[in-house]
Amino acid sequence: MNASNANSGAWATWSARGKDFLRRTRVTRRRLAVLLAVIGPGLITSNVDNDAGGITTYTQAGAQFGYTMLWSLVPMTIALYVSGEMCARMGVVTGKGLSDLIREEFGFRSTFFVMLAALAVDLGNTVAEFAGVAASMQIFGVSKYISVPLAAIAVWLLVVRGSYSQVEKIFLVACGFYLTYVVSAILAKPDWLVAAKETVAPTFHFTTEYLLMLTALVGTTIAPWQFFYMQAGFVEKHVGAKQYKHARLDVILGSISCMVIVFFIIVCCAATLNKNGLTNITDAAQAAAALTPLAGKWASYLFAFGLLNASLFAASILPLSTAHVICEGLGFEAGLDRKVKEAPAFYSLYTGLIVVGGGIILLPRAPLFKILILSQVANGVWLPVVLIFILLLINRRDLMGDHTNSWGFNLVAWATSVIMIILTVVLVYTAIVQPSGSELTGSWLHWP
Amino acid sequence: MLHATEVLGANTVDSLGNFVGRVKEMFVEPADQPNRVARLMLSRGQYRPLLARHDQIAFVGPGKVRLSTEESELELYKPNEAWLGVGKDLLDQQIIDTDGRKVVRVNDIDLDDVQTNGNMELRITQVDVGLPGAVRRLLQGVVPPMGIRRIQEKLPPRKIRWEFVNLIESDPLRRVKLRLTSERLAALHPADLAEIMEELSPEERQGIVASLPEEAAAETIAELDERLQTQVVEGLDAEHAAGIIEEMSPDAAADLMSHLEPEKTQEVLEEMDHREAEDVRELLRFEANSAGGLMNTEVVVVGEDATRGEVVDYIRFHELAADQLDNVVLLNKDAAFAGTVPLGRLLLADSEQRMLELIADPLLSVTPDMSDKDVFELFDKYNLRSLTVVNKDKHPIGTITVDDVVSKLQEKLA
Repeated sequence: MNASNANSGAWATWSARGKDFLRRTRVTRRRLAVLLAVIGPGLITSNVDNDAGGITTYTQAGAQFGYTMLWSLVPMTIALYVSGEMCARMGVVTGKGLSDLIREEFGFRSTFFVMLAALAVDLGNTVAEFAGVAASMQIFGVSKYISVPLAAIAVWLLVVRGSYSQVEKIFLVACGFYLTYVVSAILAKPDWLVAAKETVAPTFHFTTEYLLMLTALVGTTIAPWQFFYMQAGFVEKHVGAKQYKHARLDVILGSISCMVIVFFIIVCCAATLNKNGLTNITDAAQAAAALTPLAGKWASYLFAFGLLNASLFAASILPLSTAHVICEGLGFEAGLDRKVKEAPAFYSLYTGLIVVGGGIILLPRAPLFKILILSQVANGVWLPVVLIFILLLINRRDLMGDHTNSWGFNLVAWATSVIMIILTVVLVYTAIVQPSGSELTGSWLHWP
Repeated sequence: MLHATEVLGANTVDSLGNFVGRVKEMFVEPADQPNRVARLMLSRGQYRPLLARHDQIAFVGPGKVRLSTEESELELYKPNEAWLGVGKDLLDQQIIDTDGRKVVRVNDIDLDDVQTNGNMELRITQVDVGLPGAVRRLLQGVVPPMGIRRIQEKLPPRKIRWEFVNLIESDPLRRVKLRLTSERLAALHPADLAEIMEELSPEERQGIVASLPEEAAAETIAELDERLQTQVVEGLDAEHAAGIIEEMSPDAAADLMSHLEPEKTQEVLEEMDHREAEDVRELLRFEANSAGGLMNTEVVVVGEDATRGEVVDYIRFHELAADQLDNVVLLNKDAAFAGTVPLGRLLLADSEQRMLELIADPLLSVTPDMSDKDVFELFDKYNLRSLTVVNKDKHPIGTITVDDVVSKLQEKLA
């Protein structure tokens, strides 16, 4: 037997073993494939949570209030999980998107007003994403008049012409950027004891700034547009009732990973910015200082890169999702697989959101950081309305069969809605009645 | 012509001029007449609603209704599942447009007013799925009806005739009560129907599949994407599933069943006709990504000495399906693969010519364990439309056709 025969003998054995392995693991591999195919909407949604508005709000929360806002994280995580799980459950059980359900159960007029409000708030969020692009590129010395139009065109082309799923993967990988906050937080040697205490014991101030920040925090973490997006995601993937457990796992992982990152961002900023007296962040360079423990003089570039990535990612997803939701709710043809002539409303909405969103940023002296935070406040105000719609739908037996809410879920969801409504009312009241002693809040509500 | 939104909410007076209530709902009785508004439900605040029959209505105009009888003659309302509610079952719901072959949402409904015997009857003519209907729904009650009509005239209409409207109802019992038939659905091309089904909720999908005749169901399911196929079939009981799968070609059936849960696969195979089940079991043994996984076992096989005339008679006698006739596979005296004769040559030959004179070249065959990539390369290299698969004894066991190749390549691209 010569060498080549021996080799081919060995090759044949390995090849046979390989085939055998493949055959024996067929069931496990299939289960894993099913899991991976279902996971996505929840994880992506939570990553997009940390968009430009998110990073800015968390940064400001840590800078202005130190550790004192950390107590809101645990309740927010619960609320985030509960609302996300409700949307996932509705998507899986009914096989329909949220705007479709609102249309079918509440009629055209209600749907119209919900869509109008969604358009306004989502436009605000889109503006925030482009604000993030402008702010991050300012660190590299690129003027917003160049960076924003370029970004708008790039995003438009990418979504309309490009292969979206490949890009999604790139963006997701680049979201590893958030881990830099974790490392930076540890390196900054924060006061872990205080942080831990603040996480469990609430401290509350009745000032306009505090309430504003709290509303923004909730609004950016539990942004209503994500409900529509997540439910549609599970519907698109045709996740059946049998794979529901995977969907729930997706939502849990998303919620927890999101809040862990948020915790570290706030702690990091509290330990770096707040400690050094930088309590009013007005541009990205100041916000970037939070990363100096990790990156030293490269902190600003690192931050700029992360912010840019987060902004572009969200700018690719948010306007598209909004256009879809509105068109489907009102009965217009929608979808990137249709040509422009076939789906004029969809393409106009999408393009309009990008053009107006970027356009507002291009206005001279547009206060980028204020816009970023106020857009998240809008989310917080709008949140209870959407939650109430979801609650009304999810408790209907004729829609959800046996999968209506448990009393615990109802409690959490209703409590969240009520709290947010109260928060909004109190916020408006204090803003009007105590038109702020602090120049901070005064400055929030004025264009410079 | 009236619109449903103009009638819903209309103030209703009886023959004596007394206010009775407001129109809350219009009911159609499909068992009686499929497009006539048979009853109006009138709400009276805290009292139980009343029902006005079509022969009790004298006049209907935008925002107002006048009855031809007195209030005391009207019956009390009781829910009835055999009635179709215009507000509940049609407005804002999705329906299938069997003419345009897609799923659309109803914004409003057009009604014709017909005078009969001194009464006015309303008949449904069209369903409005476009902008005018949307605008009307938005402004109804806020802007007076005449104002709305003037606005809506300027907008491009999109309507679907009532006979092309297919209601989506997932409860099979209610489907029967509402006399919902699926003839029009079954007449759609399976690919179109599959695309429509992909837009519906899981129960609605099951409802449609359950109502289609088995052959139409099989063709449609074959066109669905893999995940939906599995969901739909797993939602059927084994007997029904078996009946549908028997109508599919063995390779499509094997593809489908390879993705089902093993217990379900076994149950269905047991319910199937024995010979068909055997065909499918054989194919299930092959890996999906091999020649065996791609092939179809239904082939036309004749001896190489047969004449054209004999082959045509054979095909006619056995009533073989036309889509298997792309190629005729030949056997030599040892029952081994001898070549194929494409349909074109068969057509042009004299009735006395023997098959072996008509063999196409090259003489190609593959074994079932060949990888699908190698199969695709062969198709490309020799510009094939079909390729014969043979077993160890060189006996043909199946054919791979170019449509299967295209489907597989498309899957890999997506």
